[in-house]
Amino acid sequence: MSGNLETNLNLNSPINSQAHVSRVRRLLTEMWKHRLSYLFIAPFLICFVFFIILPIIAAVYLSFTYFNTVQSPYYIGWLNYQNLFSQDTIFLQYVLPNTFRFAVIVGPVGYVASFFLAWLITQVPKTIRGFYALAIYAPSLTAGVAMSVVWGVIFAGARTGYLNSMLLQLGWIDKPILWVTDKNYLMNIMIIVSVWAAMGLGFLAMIAGILNVNPELYEAGRIDGIKSRLEEIWYITIPSMKAQMLFSAVMAIVGTFKAGAIGVELSGQNPTPEYAGQLITNHIDDYGFIRFEMGYAAATSVVLLVVIYLANRLGYRLFGTRGDE
Amino acid sequence: MSTLVARLKNTFPLKRSSKLKRMDGFQLFLLIMLTVLSVFMLLPIVYIFSTAFKPYQELFLYPPTFLVRNPTIQNFVDLLNATQSTVIPVTRYIFNSVIVTFLAVFGMTIIGALAAYPLSKHEFPGRGFVFASIVTSLMFVPEAVGIPRYVVVSHLGIMNTYMGHVFPLLANSAGVFLIKQFVDGVPNELMEASKIDGASEITIFLRIVIPLAMPAVATMSIIAFQAAWSNTETSNLYMQDESMKTMPFYLSTITSGLANSVARQGAAAAGGLLMFVPNLIIFLFQQRRMIATMAHSGIK
Repeated sequence: MSGNLETNLNLNSPINSQAHVSRVRRLLTEMWKHRLSYLFIAPFLICFVFFIILPIIAAVYLSFTYFNTVQSPYYIGWLNYQNLFSQDTIFLQYVLPNTFRFAVIVGPVGYVASFFLAWLITQVPKTIRGFYALAIYAPSLTAGVAMSVVWGVIFAGARTGYLNSMLLQLGWIDKPILWVTDKNYLMNIMIIVSVWAAMGLGFLAMIAGILNVNPELYEAGRIDGIKSRLEEIWYITIPSMKAQMLFSAVMAIVGTFKAGAIGVELSGQNPTPEYAGQLITNHIDDYGFIRFEMGYAAATSVVLLVVIYLANRLGYRLFGTRGDE
Repeated sequence: MSTLVARLKNTFPLKRSSKLKRMDGFQLFLLIMLTVLSVFMLLPIVYIFSTAFKPYQELFLYPPTFLVRNPTIQNFVDLLNATQSTVIPVTRYIFNSVIVTFLAVFGMTIIGALAAYPLSKHEFPGRGFVFASIVTSLMFVPEAVGIPRYVVVSHLGIMNTYMGHVFPLLANSAGVFLIKQFVDGVPNELMEASKIDGASEITIFLRIVIPLAMPAVATMSIIAFQAAWSNTETSNLYMQDESMKTMPFYLSTITSGLANSVARQGAAAAGGLLMFVPNLIIFLFQQRRMIATMAHSGIK
């Protein structure tokens, strides 16, 4: 049967197309050989395409339109992107630098803190590990509550705010400082709070990853002359959990660049005071849900996607094994 | 702090004392630092619990106190009363939430694990592309996809059904990525050996891959639960029928627009606790699998 097909094709097609056909056929047999793999992945893939990929493609299309969410969108070409990079002074002057500053600090600091704390937790006796894991993960588990309540009280602008009252008592300041509504402080406070809350999914993955390292490796390392704990971490722990380190790095990059709620939650305003804490996500919210310029918001989202993608390439360079790229 | 250590010592007398003796000064120092930090990190949980039991006067103290002074269950009574005036009984919201969360967590975890295995271990055509799409999809902010996703849901005709709650959550890219990274660590020899012994792919998946990637599967179930249980988006957008909405949505209607009003603040705090406790329980339950079960013996 297949031989017949081949000769038929040979009769009326040049050599080029024959090679092409045999390549397609090889691909098809290869795919048929892996039919079980496709079966395994099918349920996920169907949901993924319908609820994630299709909407993203639609959003990319919307970024080339004017869309106010009421009338149907109409095509305007690259205009949204042009405006974003030539006229949107708020985006260029505040939002973009803010996002980079926030991400460059929170991402790496949160990542290192996650690893260090995960490692510490694996060093304490098994019976009380759960308590520490819960404690460090608590800010992520309680989500919004943590941010607005705990830090809101500490940084409250009145005399009675914890930080203000402490500094006043020490005599370091004369009058209370409006921490979260002052443009000079907001960004730094956002960074502190975000690092505090950075121990999320990546942190959990790291705990599991560290515990997954075969203990025999440590014994072997000791025989081979590893002296300190630091050497142990560097030469054994980290190389044995590259997959988890990579996962956490990607999650840290994605998480910090997509962050946005925090400045608004702390200061209680969108836009944040004098755009001091305005991040790209706030800008998207601002245009999408306050001004209802969905096309423009979509274009900003696509730019954010590109930014995160590039940051991730850098992350892969640093953390990925050669096979991952 | 010292009482905590003492209590822990009492709870686990044998193990604790032997472990503590083996610790050197530096380790003890680290443990103390970690404990101090932990107490600070735990503040939001303490706050959620204590606020739910605060009487009215204490709720509006400024600056707020972290610990409740005169605990009361009045807030829970208020919550019950607030729910009696509505057409739909609160039990209906709870029922919806339980069903939706149950289906979503099982669906997400099973589908995610099924997808992660071939992505990690099978060289099927298109694998690189699929995996790259999954990771890239993480980078897109949810704001911009809200409207297109609404269109998809309405075209599929799953508005006002439980499927409308569950399906949009099922494809969890972060979860698949996580499990895939762990399955990467499962040695190929192990799977080849079982194949020679005549094991089918499904047996390999169930008997080898899942047990060895259990920490990742447990971690994923934690985030899946968090995502599904506190999700208000699907109720908000895809459910017009009031009787199909879920508990977190209902609680948000109690609180929204009342941010500056005195009424129902207590009920909202009580509701916040009710929403938080299941998260906490699932975390405590699953972190055991994450932290305690490691199959080191004979592998790697």
